[in-house]
Amino acid sequence: MASHSESIIREPLITGKNITYAQITNEVLAPVENKPNMAWWIGFVLSVMGASVWLFSISWTFWYGIGEWGLNKTVGWAWDITGFVWWVGIGHAGTLISAVLLIFRQNWRNSINRSAEAMTIFAVICAATYIFGHMGRVWLAYWTLPLPNQFGSLWVNWNSALMMDVFAISTYFSVSLVFWYTGLLPDIASIRDRATGLRRRIYSIMSFGWTGSVKTWQRFETVSLILAGISTPLVLSVHTIVSFDFATSLEPGWHTTIFPPYFVAGAIFSGFAMVQTLLLIARKVLGLENYITMFHIESMNKIIVLTGSVVGVAYITEFFIAWYSGVEYEQYAFINRATGPYWWAYWSMMTCNVITPQLFWFKKIRINIPLSWVLSIIVNIGMWFERFVIIVTSLHRDYLPSSWVMFYPTWTDVGIFVGSIGFFFVMFLLFLRVLPSVAMAEVKLLLKTSSEQAKKKLIDEGHLDPTHVDDYVTSLEKYDSVDLTQYHKA
Amino acid sequence: MSSTKFILGCFEDPDQMMDGITKLQKNSIPIYDVYTPMPIHGIEAKLGVKESRLGYAAFCCGCIGATVIFSIVYYTLVHDWPMNIGGKPNFSIPNFVPFTFEWTILFTAFGMVATFFAATHLFPGRAPRVMDLRATDDRFVIAVDAKGNVPHDDITRLLEEAGAVEVKHNKRKYVSYDE
Repeated sequence: MASHSESIIREPLITGKNITYAQITNEVLAPVENKPNMAWWIGFVLSVMGASVWLFSISWTFWYGIGEWGLNKTVGWAWDITGFVWWVGIGHAGTLISAVLLIFRQNWRNSINRSAEAMTIFAVICAATYIFGHMGRVWLAYWTLPLPNQFGSLWVNWNSALMMDVFAISTYFSVSLVFWYTGLLPDIASIRDRATGLRRRIYSIMSFGWTGSVKTWQRFETVSLILAGISTPLVLSVHTIVSFDFATSLEPGWHTTIFPPYFVAGAIFSGFAMVQTLLLIARKVLGLENYITMFHIESMNKIIVLTGSVVGVAYITEFFIAWYSGVEYEQYAFINRATGPYWWAYWSMMTCNVITPQLFWFKKIRINIPLSWVLSIIVNIGMWFERFVIIVTSLHRDYLPSSWVMFYPTWTDVGIFVGSIGFFFVMFLLFLRVLPSVAMAEVKLLLKTSSEQAKKKLIDEGHLDPTHVDDYVTSLEKYDSVDLTQYHKA
Repeated sequence: MSSTKFILGCFEDPDQMMDGITKLQKNSIPIYDVYTPMPIHGIEAKLGVKESRLGYAAFCCGCIGATVIFSIVYYTLVHDWPMNIGGKPNFSIPNFVPFTFEWTILFTAFGMVATFFAATHLFPGRAPRVMDLRATDDRFVIAVDAKGNVPHDDITRLLEEAGAVEVKHNKRKYVSYDE
């Protein structure tokens, strides 16, 4: 512990004056060990209502077939694949936060990785429902696996990007789940050792017998690091492969080499926006302001403005390359996007994804919680429109003008999409009730080095040049918990 | 003969716990194990815990995954049922890359985590062998095997000198969950 040293003028990762290890456990486990509050119940009831819409719409689809959707002979992919790519994209931030930031030793991830990973799991589940739904005959989903079969020596088509999808998504889901659950073990053990009766039994089974001995911790950290190391290329590969679904086709507007990096950037963009949407509410409702601080919010906003700009550059590059390629079909596809019948979707996408996130260049907006929340939702909407624009505007008018049509969603399309959001929130809210939403062990690790009180202790002990103390005090002004009079003596 | 099986030094502060370990080691008192609510960096060198070999396990599992899926794809697409799809060659390695990559990672992750669970004796439903319930909350616990390590008072004194907030003389090895 003593070997750790961090600059005092770095912003603290845990705020609050007298936080102890026990307090971290108490505060993080408060929602798990106590009855839920009114805000949770309101959210849960609304989500269950949404989820029942989803259940009804998806059952309707399975019963009557995907003819219930607004698809037609030209637009064979529409809201379903839009929803699928949107949810998979949202999932990506969780792995990014837990894996990439771990490799780069960005300790601010410690407070948010748990809920971000949970979000990944639930978002990928939502994404998977679209894939299964789109199959039409969902009970034959196992045909996508390379199983010996009775239909002659037929095997799956390994040259198809859709087959790559099956492998990418299933690997991504299962590896994310393993990463998430392994990380949960120490915290589940904490719940177990505080619980009684049936709860203790259940958490005891779930904790795998974790004791927290030295060797286990050391192995645990090795496992986390290697998992992070392999998850980082995995997360990049998954959205690259999702983009292959489009890029390997010969459809104007799809057949572009920019798709893999552009999809990955978009995924991180939308994923961070969703983390922001969830955590800004969760920190307030669960009282976790000392752990998910303004520094975390601002850091995530910075990533949103970065990835939003990357996405913006990609949009412009697509346009440029369409013109520069000299392919008239490609050129028409892009002019049609901006000025054709779906112009409103295109310009909604541009406004939500390229223009509004640029507001985050202003620090005042970056550290404004209500504005951050609103902007994060705008990004979510914009990213949905991005996928809609790519899919529907490319398909509805391609090489053959005689088959040009419009796509109109049916109530089933709308019900499945809106309902899937409800389904997602049901899972997320239940997660908040049964498992710790902040990785306690990892946050405890920061208490002695990066917390506000650790830094104050260093100032009091005279480790900081008195001329720099003022800088530090000014930098802390934005934190609610700081009583500045305590610093002036130093 | 004392009926104490284990002496536990419970610390509030990880630095003091480290100090406790140093003090015990200087007095040649062997430490059974240390239980903490979070990973303590640098402790494994102090206690002589060997470096993890999980990396090798991960590498081997990854190699197996890559081989398995490449073989499956090769057997099905090139050997067993070569299909003419758009005139593409059957043995088209670039198309094999995504599958090989994904299963390398899948096998690495599952293989390594399974190895980790096996090596540290973790599995669903295993009875937790906890010496002190607060070791997963806010206490940093040094456990000393009492048998053969006498006098116990010296151990207690050393732990208290290091800053232990509580020293327990346990008659049982583990906390019983059934009480």
